[in-house]
Amino acid sequence: MDTSLLPILLGIAVLLPLISFFVILAVGRWWRPVLGGYLATAAIMAAGLLSLTSLAIWLSHHPVGAAGHHAADQAGPYVGDYYVLGQFGALRITIGYYIDSLTIVMCCLITLIATCIHVYALGYMHEELHPVTDHEVTLPDGSPLRRPGRFSNFFQYMSLFCFSMLGLVLAGNVAMVFVFWELVGICSYFLIGFYVERKSASNAANKAFIVNRIGDFGMLVGMMALWGGMGTFAFGDADLNGNGSIERSERGLFSLVRPAAREHQLTTPEGLVLADAHEELQRWALAHPTATRGDFESYVAGELDDLRDGGPDGSGRRYGYWLLVLAGIGIFCGCVGKSAQFPLHVWLPDAMEGPTPVSALVHSATMVAAGVYLVGRFYPVFAPEVLLVIAVTGGITLFLAATIALTATDIKRVLAYSTVSQLGYMMLALGVGGWLAGMLHLVTHAFFKSLLFLCSGSVIHALHSNEMTVMGGLRKKMPITAATMLVGCLAITGLSIPFVIGLSGYYSKDMILEQAFSFARENPGLLGDGFFIVAAGGAAMTAFYMFRLWFLTFAGEPRDAQRYAHAHESPRVMYVPLIILAVFAAGVAWPAPFGWPSLQGLLEQARPAGTAVTAVSAHVPFVWPSEYIAHDAANYWSIVVPVTWLAFLMAVAGLLVAVAMYVTGQLSAREVSRQFAPLHRFLLHKWWFDELYDLLFVRPLYVVAGWCAAIDRRWIDGLIDHSARWTARLAAWSQWLGDHTLIDGFVDRLAAWTYRVGVSLRSLQTGSLRQYVLFLVIGVVAVFLISSFL
Amino acid sequence: MCGLLAQITVSHYLVVGAVLFVTGVLCMATKRNALGVLMGIELLLNGANVNFVAFGSKLLRADALGLDGQLIPLFVIVLAAAEAAVALAIALNFYNNHTTVDVDKAEELKG
Repeated sequence: MDTSLLPILLGIAVLLPLISFFVILAVGRWWRPVLGGYLATAAIMAAGLLSLTSLAIWLSHHPVGAAGHHAADQAGPYVGDYYVLGQFGALRITIGYYIDSLTIVMCCLITLIATCIHVYALGYMHEELHPVTDHEVTLPDGSPLRRPGRFSNFFQYMSLFCFSMLGLVLAGNVAMVFVFWELVGICSYFLIGFYVERKSASNAANKAFIVNRIGDFGMLVGMMALWGGMGTFAFGDADLNGNGSIERSERGLFSLVRPAAREHQLTTPEGLVLADAHEELQRWALAHPTATRGDFESYVAGELDDLRDGGPDGSGRRYGYWLLVLAGIGIFCGCVGKSAQFPLHVWLPDAMEGPTPVSALVHSATMVAAGVYLVGRFYPVFAPEVLLVIAVTGGITLFLAATIALTATDIKRVLAYSTVSQLGYMMLALGVGGWLAGMLHLVTHAFFKSLLFLCSGSVIHALHSNEMTVMGGLRKKMPITAATMLVGCLAITGLSIPFVIGLSGYYSKDMILEQAFSFARENPGLLGDGFFIVAAGGAAMTAFYMFRLWFLTFAGEPRDAQRYAHAHESPRVMYVPLIILAVFAAGVAWPAPFGWPSLQGLLEQARPAGTAVTAVSAHVPFVWPSEYIAHDAANYWSIVVPVTWLAFLMAVAGLLVAVAMYVTGQLSAREVSRQFAPLHRFLLHKWWFDELYDLLFVRPLYVVAGWCAAIDRRWIDGLIDHSARWTARLAAWSQWLGDHTLIDGFVDRLAAWTYRVGVSLRSLQTGSLRQYVLFLVIGVVAVFLISSFL
Repeated sequence: MCGLLAQITVSHYLVVGAVLFVTGVLCMATKRNALGVLMGIELLLNGANVNFVAFGSKLLRADALGLDGQLIPLFVIVLAAAEAAVALAIALNFYNNHTTVDVDKAEELKG
């Protein structure tokens, strides 16, 4: 099969969930609700099959070697437009696609996980098939809320969610990315607020939406800077006029920032340079009043490289560079919001208010994955300074979220903070130059995190509680859930038989740690070492909180006998997806099992051109080592071996602490928390972030809003009231003058006069017949006389 | 034609018509009895009729004006009959209500 089929197949895969959404929207209310669920599941399943077909086509044209790192592995993207929405001068707004192996991997990942979650949700959401009594919502009369079930609504939003995410992945230009980006946001808003009657759910949905808007503001700034400097939204080069060569106006963002002529190294695009250097150009133009346009252009062409690179010796100002940094940071701001990075991480744990399948989807394949995916996609545009910002943000997020996860008792909250922490890992990896490591962790994390969430959903479904304090001993009642969740825990922890085999997390997390180590080796100092220490410490904390969760839930004795007695294994429709996801969580990152193409090799094909070499910054004293260095055979003993052992020991250490605390009981959790009471309280309150934001932003906002309300009431309302009063007064006056005095006066007077005339004429009407005859005679005689003598 | 008749001119007719008319007017103006008033009206109308006939006759002009002068009195007579019927009905009704036919008593519509 031909690669020209790829855009068609993936395009259909994107549209299927949208069709499902519209069908449920249009006719869902007349169907039996369960049909909506079946339709959405069938749509995403078909999209999954199409994605897998695309993967097969891709592999048949671009065979993947064993997990080797060679630049020759890279396979160029397929770029094109489905439809041109409009062309305004140089600006083309199109519905385009950009297909490389990352796109295809993401499509497969999203559809696969979403299919499992859809099937799972068919079981999990069965309560919504009938009218629901929501005991968490109390009506004013004290009775619980009763509402109709929203089964098909749920699947309707899920379909839209999948469509948005697939569209985002396939998008071929920044404008489209932004549209799908916002669609993902609004879908998450709908789904987090699914139990809209619950105050906490609607608050959480608002929080997610508003926090994301803050990030999106930065993203808009970044988009504007990119467009202003380059005049195009497209990612890749496209031969628009079909003459077989790529001209300046046909270049996409990536090749403008990393032109092949400069060996794909980061180059400030011409537009940004000229925009920044307009004063110099103006000065030259004033000094040469007789110069023609051609002279000017040749001057610009001659000076361009000097302006861009800070003069011949590189010591001067680099025009336009800061604009490129601004654009990168702007785009990253959007990703901070979507991927719940510090300081915008606060929405993700609250997003637990949605039904568990939604949490699973939001936390793995969609929404939070969107941010990391976009950083990976825009990786070639990011200047080293931006990478440093990304790494610092990722490092802080990683540490912060991991510590909070240590003390949380809500099973979904532990997983939520673990997601934030793992996203921090990905950002850290991307920030220290580990593109492949970050992307690989995105994929592996999506599998094991969706698995973990669905398992927790299974537990919640059985116990009707999120609190781990009422769980315990469930492995006997729910063996499949317990086993699959154990696989998930092992995978996220990255436990393995070092150098032999491990679960998927082992490969991705080790790759991140190796890159962080490689970075630290090149950049000794607080930041360089800090990144590695945080990443390694995070591994230990991950192991601790994940096994704490597993032990509290499944091991030991039941803490709530009544709930335990009613617990049961979930139905088959729920545990089969768990098993499928467990298989993927275990094996997705295995390097070439049975000679199959490995995920690493596949992703390597999508590595942005020019990012495989060591990069340095002109402004910050850091070196970004090439990702290949960590995997070079020459560095095997200096990087791979120590890091692998360290990661293994860290994970084992975390695991052992968890065992000691929650299984064998050598360490009492209560003792420890009492020992470190202030710290425990600090972590239990999530570093007081919500309170801090409340104090910093929400309260001042209320105060300012109060002022605005006061101004509104006093000044604006006063103004309006006064003007109304004056208008009323003016109207009264004009009524008195015009209406009452002039018009009414005239009419009244006329009427009175007519009346008087009538009264005076009355006396003539005597009613006497004979008199009338007399009048007649007199009249006739008078007429006769008058006509005779006059 | 005999000599006496040959001397009769339009003026003679007009005199008769004027006498009838004036008599009718005086009758209307002086009679208090409604029937008397009606009689006056009849005289009045017939006075006018005599005029019509006189002006329409060959006495005024030899080339006659056709029958118009004779025809209009016929209309007038018919109308007078109809008017008399209505007026007598009114008078009868008035009598029923007031037990009199004195027109001076009929003054409810005075201004």
